[in-house]
Amino acid sequence: MARVVYPKVVTANHLLEGDVIYMTASGEWSRKHEDAQLYEDKNEAEAALKIAKGQAHMLAGPYLADAQIGENGKPEPVHFREAFRTRGPSNYPNHGKQAEV
Amino acid sequence: MYNYNQFDHDFVRNRVKEFRGQVERRLDGSLTEDEFKPLRLMNGLYLQLHAYMLRVAIPYGTLNSRQMNQLAMISEKWDKGYGHFTTRQNIQYNWPKLKDTPDILDALADVEMHAIQTSGNCVRNVTADHFAGAAADEIEDPRPTAELLRQWSMDHPEFQFLPRKFKIAMTGSPNDRAVTKAHDIGIRMVRNDKNEPGYEILIGGGLGRTPMIGKVVREFLPKENLLPYVEAILQVYNLNGRRDNKYKARIKILVHETGIDTLRGWIEEVFKTQKAHHQAPPAEMIEAIEAQFQPPEFDTAKVDEDKLSKIISADPLLRSFVETNVSEHFDSNHSIVTISLKPIGGTPGDATAEQMRIMAGLAEAYGYDELRVSHEQNIILPHVRRDDLPEIYKVLKEAGLATANVGLLSDMIACPGMDYCALATARSIPVAQELLNAFEDLKVQQDIGPLKIKISGCINACGHHHVGHIGILGLDKAGVESYQITLGGDGTETATIGERAGPGFSYEEIVPAVSRIIDRYMDIRESGDDTFLDVYRRVGADVFKDALYPEEAASA
Ligand code: HEM
Ligand code: SF4
Repeated sequence: MARVVYPKVVTANHLLEGDVIYMTASGEWSRKHEDAQLYEDKNEAEAALKIAKGQAHMLAGPYLADAQIGENGKPEPVHFREAFRTRGPSNYPNHGKQAEV
Repeated sequence: MYNYNQFDHDFVRNRVKEFRGQVERRLDGSLTEDEFKPLRLMNGLYLQLHAYMLRVAIPYGTLNSRQMNQLAMISEKWDKGYGHFTTRQNIQYNWPKLKDTPDILDALADVEMHAIQTSGNCVRNVTADHFAGAAADEIEDPRPTAELLRQWSMDHPEFQFLPRKFKIAMTGSPNDRAVTKAHDIGIRMVRNDKNEPGYEILIGGGLGRTPMIGKVVREFLPKENLLPYVEAILQVYNLNGRRDNKYKARIKILVHETGIDTLRGWIEEVFKTQKAHHQAPPAEMIEAIEAQFQPPEFDTAKVDEDKLSKIISADPLLRSFVETNVSEHFDSNHSIVTISLKPIGGTPGDATAEQMRIMAGLAEAYGYDELRVSHEQNIILPHVRRDDLPEIYKVLKEAGLATANVGLLSDMIACPGMDYCALATARSIPVAQELLNAFEDLKVQQDIGPLKIKISGCINACGHHHVGHIGILGLDKAGVESYQITLGGDGTETATIGERAGPGFSYEEIVPAVSRIIDRYMDIRESGDDTFLDVYRRVGADVFKDALYPEEAASA
């Protein structure tokens, strides 16, 4: 079975809070996955990751994560690990991003 | 307990100052994450999935009330009002902000604590029995020896670049509560034919990717020979341990590939020369260490046991608490109380700031100011007068801390897993919670009897799943959480690595699967005293596998 190749988002942890962040189309950072810019093109994704790697003063550990367009037309994670990162710990519904929605 | 001397004070304060400078340089961008990461790890600061995490060392799991109160204060001031006690006998804060961590470290130093993770491939923090210095079955308190080893290994120039990290665990009792057989070196206090105390030495235990039970390398080592002997083990390991492959670098692989008998010969050879050249630590040093771990001056007034037993039998909840959470102390007027951090629906090992203060208050009022953290993620009051048990129970109950489940099914170990840990391949805490909910009724648990369930969220095995009677390992199977069950593991003096039961279960299937194992056990045991482990050892794995995989059993 050939592995499906998914589009990518650039994600990292915010330097001060350690919170999960995503790179948007304008190159800003958002705490919401749905604001992320989705890269279909591998080279574009790599180029965006390189920019993120140059922003060490505000983030840590940037990488490319699989994502896809969800039902609401906005990017959503593919893997469960990335889905957990959009929410927070499942044992404390009032901690992490899930607390804000 | 161990009090800092001037050297320790200066060392810790200087480290905080140094780290403050490093954080400032990271924040202004002059240090990259690659440069900063090893520096923060040396100070116990990890970056996890959703936030930073600070791991605070609690040597030998020993704390006083002032320290516990400070841990509570830190959790309120800089975190979310709780802390997580772990299997490495330490506490972790899950939500500190980077800029606050130097202040947290200063607040820890105020009460003689730190987060210095003796990181790297050196001898790590020595762990010890959480009942040390109190247990009725103890030959001697292992902590002075553990502290001697710590002082000897810290900054030992020869052993800073071992093939891999090196963990030592110690127990002073024949009943092994420190999992000594799953450490690089396990030290167990024993007596020889002449009734002299000494050590049995095991090497090559470990969990993780390649789980192994430690093997006895020396049946009896006189106390005064400990340092030259441990030095001999480390020299042999340093020279012969594999450096070509990180996964084969622990001493367990050397033991496995070379054989314990050959290795014993090498170690004894080196030990002979070591012993001849070794300068014993000065007697004053040993005495000074021993003085730090002296038992408190016990109140010797005789406990009125008749009166006490009347009070206890009048209250069924108190009675069940005393039966499960209270252990025998070497002094007959005293007992050891284990405070369970596994309430139904809670997260194993978590305590709120308020609960920490209540436990600190109990230690101060009734416990000679001593508390312990156990590797099973509970808190211990090691010395309490037996006639204070009813009052202690009352206070604990009001604080939601009186769950009478120590040693029972719901007294589980679970690692942080994918709710926090960046290395995780699956979640572990919610599996523990769902199991807790499924077996909510304490009466049912008491009927099931002693049972240890241990859960890890990846192969690193921080949750000790290999030595759980029922072990659960969370994996990522093609993008879906999958849980593998091991059966028959044991972390005590009869240590065994559990056997893999077969294909994994999905998140939805794992709790019913565990229930099927327990149902089968309940069906086939001969009496209430016939424990799960006894039955498993008697009937073997197949009976349980049939229960786990009924379809295969039916078609076979
Ligand atoms: C959350 C961040 C954590 C990380 C990144 C982490 C990482 C690791 C790694 C990589 C190993 C394997 C070492 C080896 O086999 O050479 C390990 C082992 C271990 N960890 Fe953790 N761990 C974490 C949390 C914990 C926690 C919370 C506990 C206690 C509950 C813990 C207890 C242990 C123990 C007891 C082992 C030893 C298993 C052995 O004998 O090899 N760890 N950890
Ligand atoms: S076992 Fe794995 S998931 Fe659990 S804490 Fe250790 S490294 Fe993280």
